[in-house]
Amino acid sequence: MTVRWMRSRIWPAFMAACGCFVLGWACRIHAEGGEPRYFAITNARVVPVSGPPIDGGTVVIANGLIQAVGSDVAIPPEAWVIDGKGLTVYPGFIDAGTDLGLAKPDGADEAAARARGRQPAPPPAEISMGPEDRPATTPWRVAADEIKTDDKRIESWRNAGFTTTLTSPEAGFFPGQGSVIDLAGDRPGDMIVKPAATLPVSFKPRGSFFLFPGSLMGSIAYVRQVFDDASWYSQAQPVYDANPNQFERPAYDHTQETISHTRERDELVLLPANNSIQILRALRLADEWKIRAALYGGQEGYAVSEAIAAKKTSVLVNLKWPERAKESDPEEEQPLRELRFRDRASSTPGALAKAGVKFGFYSGGLKEPKEIFKAARKAIDAGLATDAALRAFTLDAADILGVSGRLGSIQPGKIANLVIADGDLWNEKTKVKHVFVDGRWFEVHEPPPGEKPEEKKPERAAGSSSTAGGGGL
Amino acid sequence: MKRSIFSLILFAAISVNSAAAQNSSATVIQNATILTITHGTIEHGSILIQSGKIAAVGADLKVPEGATVIDATGQFVMPGIIDCHSHIAVDGSVNEGAPAVSSMVNIGDVLNPEDVNIYRDLAGGVTAANILHGSANPIGGQTIVIKLRWGKPASELPFEGALPGIKFALGENPKHSNFGPPPGVAPRYPATRMGVEEVIRQAFTEAREYKKRWDDYNRRKAAGENPLMPPRRDEKLEPLVEVLEGKRYVHAHCYRADEILMLLRVAKEFGFKVRTFQHVLEGYKIADEIAASGAGASTFSDWWAYKMEAYDAIPYNAALMAERGVNVSVNSDSAEEARHLNQEAAKSMKFGGMSPNDALKLITLNPAIQLGIESRAGSIDVGKDADLVIYNHDPLSVYAVVQKTLIDGQVYFDRQRDLARCPELEKEKQALLEKEKKAAEAEKKPEEKPAKKPEPKKKPPKAAGGGDGSSDAAGAQ
Repeated sequence: MTVRWMRSRIWPAFMAACGCFVLGWACRIHAEGGEPRYFAITNARVVPVSGPPIDGGTVVIANGLIQAVGSDVAIPPEAWVIDGKGLTVYPGFIDAGTDLGLAKPDGADEAAARARGRQPAPPPAEISMGPEDRPATTPWRVAADEIKTDDKRIESWRNAGFTTTLTSPEAGFFPGQGSVIDLAGDRPGDMIVKPAATLPVSFKPRGSFFLFPGSLMGSIAYVRQVFDDASWYSQAQPVYDANPNQFERPAYDHTQETISHTRERDELVLLPANNSIQILRALRLADEWKIRAALYGGQEGYAVSEAIAAKKTSVLVNLKWPERAKESDPEEEQPLRELRFRDRASSTPGALAKAGVKFGFYSGGLKEPKEIFKAARKAIDAGLATDAALRAFTLDAADILGVSGRLGSIQPGKIANLVIADGDLWNEKTKVKHVFVDGRWFEVHEPPPGEKPEEKKPERAAGSSSTAGGGGL
Repeated sequence: MKRSIFSLILFAAISVNSAAAQNSSATVIQNATILTITHGTIEHGSILIQSGKIAAVGADLKVPEGATVIDATGQFVMPGIIDCHSHIAVDGSVNEGAPAVSSMVNIGDVLNPEDVNIYRDLAGGVTAANILHGSANPIGGQTIVIKLRWGKPASELPFEGALPGIKFALGENPKHSNFGPPPGVAPRYPATRMGVEEVIRQAFTEAREYKKRWDDYNRRKAAGENPLMPPRRDEKLEPLVEVLEGKRYVHAHCYRADEILMLLRVAKEFGFKVRTFQHVLEGYKIADEIAASGAGASTFSDWWAYKMEAYDAIPYNAALMAERGVNVSVNSDSAEEARHLNQEAAKSMKFGGMSPNDALKLITLNPAIQLGIESRAGSIDVGKDADLVIYNHDPLSVYAVVQKTLIDGQVYFDRQRDLARCPELEKEKQALLEKEKKAAEAEKKPEEKPAKKPEPKKKPPKAAGGGDGSSDAAGAQ
């Protein structure tokens, strides 16, 4: 690959090689130095997703947006040119469900932080005896407000081609609102694409007989009451505001106020539903509660894809396919139902595509990006067309998250989130060479630290037969 | 081994269902001893089923052209068993234990159509069950009557037209006599039977006010009054308003005579009816009062002394209450017991001298009446749903084994088919296990290479998107 004017761009590559907390610092240098804002990737195979692939195509990036795409496109004189011969350009991939960018201290970090007096010990479980106690409910939290740029996964996800995530707070029935973020930025604010994108809901009970809700039916009843309260607030508060001397003041309640606003905005509610029973239940509840909902989990969707399609509900499919517990007793009884589920889960995306259900993918706890692609390949092996798989990672995910006007395809005017790989995305050996996030260029060619130093200098032969590395898909 | 057989059995029925899917065409059960419950026993009789209903019953019926014939020579047909107290087919806990009034929760929200106990109950001849919330609270959750339509989605389980219910509980369980909260959580009110009464009275006082608030609002709104402050919807009180309006049945868990009389007083005060007393082990002491109230009694055959309030129980309870005019049923409250309710019913012949027909009523017509579904179930009468069980012997005999169970005229359990299908399922299971094993081995191989490298894998990468959201979508909620 020939890249002109490489000098000032040595930093990111170097930084990736030595693994890094210098990230923030390095980026700042670029900012001060006047980061290039114009690029042209020429002579590449361009897969816009919104239309048919273009061989020998050019993509022009200007000021963070895609300016032009096509086979016969004028290259602005100020553009840095990347010769895309032998390379394929895709829209940036979207991981539609993660906590990437949100600090999630593990036990050790937490203890250390507490020892430094930085963080108070977690409070004892709050007592909750009914819906009015609002147990584990913080819908006003917005992931965008809590994003930290120093999450190491931001870089590893980006190096694998993920330019965008739906990042959501976790834990609780209404943990907070999910945000669509781009995986690059000097400051958290630079990363945010859509701060209040989704309202995730969980039905996981509190785990104690003596705390409300302690059962699944209790969780559902609780969420139902909160939606009731939000609807009531939308009606009652204006009446009070207009007639404060006539009515008793409604009590202030952050939860019902927040949820009522998300409902007025018609914010997408994400309901948990992994097996077929949960899926059918969630579809029914979404109807009953009159919410615009998408499902997350979705892994037994193969059994009920028609029912999902009938409700025109979208699904975010968890790519962490079910598997037998690693340390499970070999003698342990494996129910046929479980065996079938584990065997067929990866056929869900194919079944959803066939039924006409719109779906996106999320990493769902997979620890490394290469596992995400491996899981997607499993879905392809089980019958998912590759173009549908690509859509699930790009345009369809963007559409579900309400950002398809700005993300998900290579079209003029869209945010310049691109992945440039040395071959077909679904070929195991293909490696990501460049990633653009908001028009910022990141070159990928070093294996991640800790991996074998078996560097066969990534010299790309047309067919692409290079070694495993950081950009391996 | 027993376990594995059952997990195999689990899938047998699905194929049975599809085989019997031609609902519209007729089915005839031929040459059986028919225990009608309402009009005696018919020897060598036939039952004609059309569109899921019993179309004709008699000794000499003509078999319509193209009808499916079930030959029941030497076998016994009775109405499907109705279990008036069951906790099967529920996803998650059957108790919402923290609030003393948990009427906001609804068993109907969490039906699990794949609970194998549905199939096991079918194999015991049960065709309908009253799925109750647990007894942790004076006022528990909303309940639902289902048909055991194994293989159908949750939305097709509810017994059409059956009134929903609500669980009440008196005595030791709601006052937490025999268990308590972990350290750090305060013991819950109520702690006495007096407290239980007060909680119920308080809840209905609130429900009355709630109803008044809404009635008032609706009246003023209809009159065009403006501005008007809408009342808040309360999921806890709405089911209690339905109780007050007679739109929801009260199924009250109870043991002692005094607490039963207490609830009858409270019900009278607030103007609602108790539909059934559940367990009601001291019911024999106050059978006249229960009979006068119109409440049904759903009891155990001979299960007692498992806690203080169950000491005064006697196995004559069912017979004695029935003698005094109470509508009595015998229930299971257990997925195991539900598989031989016919034998539980038979015990009342020994303890109390019930007639065979009256004993069978305890698990058929009587619970149907208690659940308000007697126009559709509980006996073999023309026009009722074809919910039927075929036994190889008299169902009151210990040798009786269910051969087939039908709901809406469809065979949901067939013993012979089930047994025949086991090897096939076992084969499928072994194949899947083998496939998994091979995949795991293939997975292992490439990982072994880096293990040889000097660098040991010392950095378990931090969990990516794990946490609550994904795990709860991945697992049981």
